[in-house]
Amino acid sequence: MMGSVRNPTSPPDGSPSPRTEARASPLKGEEGSDGAAHRRRHVLDLDDFSREEITALLDSADAMRELLSRSIKKAPSLRGKVVLTLFLEPSTRTRVSFEQAGKMLSADVINISGSGSSAEKGESLLNTALTLQAMHADVIVIRSPHSGAPYFLARNLQRMGVVNAGDGRHAHPTQALLDLMTMRHHIGGLEGKRVVIVGDVLHSRVARSDVFGLQALGASVVLCGPPTLIPLDLLRGGEGESLPDVSVEHDLDRAIDDADAVIALRIQQERQGAGMLPSMREYTRRWQVTEARYRRAKPGALLMHPGPMNEGVEIASSLAHGPGSQIEEQVTNGVAVRMALLYQLLTGGQEEVSE
Amino acid sequence: MSRSILITGARVIDPVSGSDRTGDLFIRDGVITASPETAPVDTLVVDGKGLVAAPGFIDLHAHLREPGFEDRESIETGTAAAAAGGFTTVCAMPNTSPAIDTAAVVDFITHRAREAGPIRVLAFGAVSRGRKGVELTDMEELARAGAVGFTDDGSPVATGLLMEKALLYAGELGLPVMDHCEDHSITAGLGMHEGAVASRLGLAGYPSAAEESLVARDIALLGLTGGHFHVAHVSTAGGVEMVRMAKRRGLRVTAEVTPNHLTMTDEWVLGANGPADGIAGSLTLAAYETRAKVSPPLRSRTDRDALIEGLCDGTIDAVATDHAPHTFGDKATPFDEAAVGISTLETALGSLMSLVRSGAIDLPTLVARLTTGPASVLGERFANLASLAVGTPADIVLFDPEECWTVDVSRFASKGKNTPLAGQTLQGRVRMTIAGGEIAFGKVGR
Repeated sequence: MMGSVRNPTSPPDGSPSPRTEARASPLKGEEGSDGAAHRRRHVLDLDDFSREEITALLDSADAMRELLSRSIKKAPSLRGKVVLTLFLEPSTRTRVSFEQAGKMLSADVINISGSGSSAEKGESLLNTALTLQAMHADVIVIRSPHSGAPYFLARNLQRMGVVNAGDGRHAHPTQALLDLMTMRHHIGGLEGKRVVIVGDVLHSRVARSDVFGLQALGASVVLCGPPTLIPLDLLRGGEGESLPDVSVEHDLDRAIDDADAVIALRIQQERQGAGMLPSMREYTRRWQVTEARYRRAKPGALLMHPGPMNEGVEIASSLAHGPGSQIEEQVTNGVAVRMALLYQLLTGGQEEVSE
Repeated sequence: MSRSILITGARVIDPVSGSDRTGDLFIRDGVITASPETAPVDTLVVDGKGLVAAPGFIDLHAHLREPGFEDRESIETGTAAAAAGGFTTVCAMPNTSPAIDTAAVVDFITHRAREAGPIRVLAFGAVSRGRKGVELTDMEELARAGAVGFTDDGSPVATGLLMEKALLYAGELGLPVMDHCEDHSITAGLGMHEGAVASRLGLAGYPSAAEESLVARDIALLGLTGGHFHVAHVSTAGGVEMVRMAKRRGLRVTAEVTPNHLTMTDEWVLGANGPADGIAGSLTLAAYETRAKVSPPLRSRTDRDALIEGLCDGTIDAVATDHAPHTFGDKATPFDEAAVGISTLETALGSLMSLVRSGAIDLPTLVARLTTGPASVLGERFANLASLAVGTPADIVLFDPEECWTVDVSRFASKGKNTPLAGQTLQGRVRMTIAGGEIAFGKVGR
């Protein structure tokens, strides 16, 4: 994204005009705003990634993946850099993935979790982050149950980069990047490709980031799921869209027709108790990716899931462990993408990766 | 005895008499007096040229936080903020600690207000003991101590049954029941309007329906019980329409709206610079603006337009600030965790004047909604406070409708610096506030 200065939104007629914003620069992710090439400082979202930036990052991730397949999985590129992971929500794959990505590039990775840390003693997120910044870490990777928490940190941290590892139901940019990497690897360019995202779209940060990434690469996106798990504004339409150019189709049979890829989202069993779903049985009957439904997609269509998967719920077991499933490859690509991202953030892509 | 004050050559707007003329106002012994041929020698003469003189504003809804939350505000700082905003009367909300649910707490507030200065503080009592939504407070005793109405604000009156009893009991005392209309079983998240902006940000929304369903409940009950139902901070087009229809049916229902809901929308949560390319565009670092988190939430442009229309046609009786001061730490958090509320007393006039400049409302009507409107909600005995007639208490605001100023929260009298207007330029500024004949705010001379 170029650092063009944004026009303030025209103030609604009659409202005081927002003329001088006292706080942060409105730009995110970049050092300056003079229109020259910028070095990204934060990764908060995918909404500010251009096609070119995504493509370059995925190219770099391809090279990282090669390093992953070596017997000695280590490069010195990030020696002397400190990466903090602050996970305020349970996570295995994303945290380990970031940790491995940092360590393979020789960064020092320090993991902090919500329990057992000062967060448990009631320290505010702001004070925790300022403390960590004072220890001269280079980048903080944050997972938070609160949408926008990475924006909050980026606004308040002057010397430390922020990487969003999933915030509430808002965004999960590295998951979307690994999804894009997986799709690109198997079906090449995504221009004009049809991707179905099925499941709990309402609560899904993965869906929101996937949509922006897929749009940037020219794919079309169909969202599918129970009406109780699709954002109300997308159901109503016509009030200014919260997501660009997506279509909503409740019938999975119709949605999946001719799809190039299907991403099934995790269903949280608690949703049933909250009245969002009649029963898991009904959900499975209507929105599980079954053998029969998968046959309606393009031959060889990719089947993906951000994990952790409920076996036999979102995707029929036979399919999840069958040849169309990319679920394990997604995990591998996750490490590669996070290596590429940390490398880009911490070196600006200046250093050599190979020894 | 305070000095006599003569304001000369101001545009004097008196909504009671309906007069809007250029002239003088003379204040002596705390009351408005006929202008003398020659003023006494020690009279303070204030040049009102280019300024508007109006009855002091009356705020039906302010959180002064004392007793219990003095780190956010005190009666002293809250009344100073009121004076700076042109308000000579403020109604204190009872969500204090302890709640205003006994005569002793009303007495305490009255006492503290008297110590603080000339701004009149009127207390709303709680509807339910401890604001717990179970038993009614001793309403008659509260009323005798000076409570001007009842509300569990911050929370709705918990059940339809309790609201029914409150309307009956307060109705017999001739006092309003103010309800914060929010069906908690519908609101998933606080401080964010359910709509495209919430969806874009991944924030759980508070749909308009959660307000509308409780306004509907309370109006239905009012039809059953009689009495006086006052809608606190109405924020939705549907709420305004229901109040309009209920008034047409002859029910005693009144409503207030905040300056914030009249001038801002949910897009303010995206940050003052918003996304240049629509809601679906890329967010800026200013997104998740906790200072724009308020309950009820800032709503859509459609709602805002309906609120303005309702204010103009009298469906909405009063502008009330819902002044809700918070500490820095209360707002320096991710959006979900931030406290709800905006510090509003000192920006109210500047915000509202933008509606006058855009032609959405005329100045005399706006002044009426800040004076006679709220006075009528409080009842006949307070009509004097909104009048500039000779013999009425000298509660007067003098403001410059043209002056541009930048909102510098560090200079707020309020302890609450929490406003999304920080750093922005407003036009229209209070120059002097006189309460009971005493100068509560303003520099002497120019």
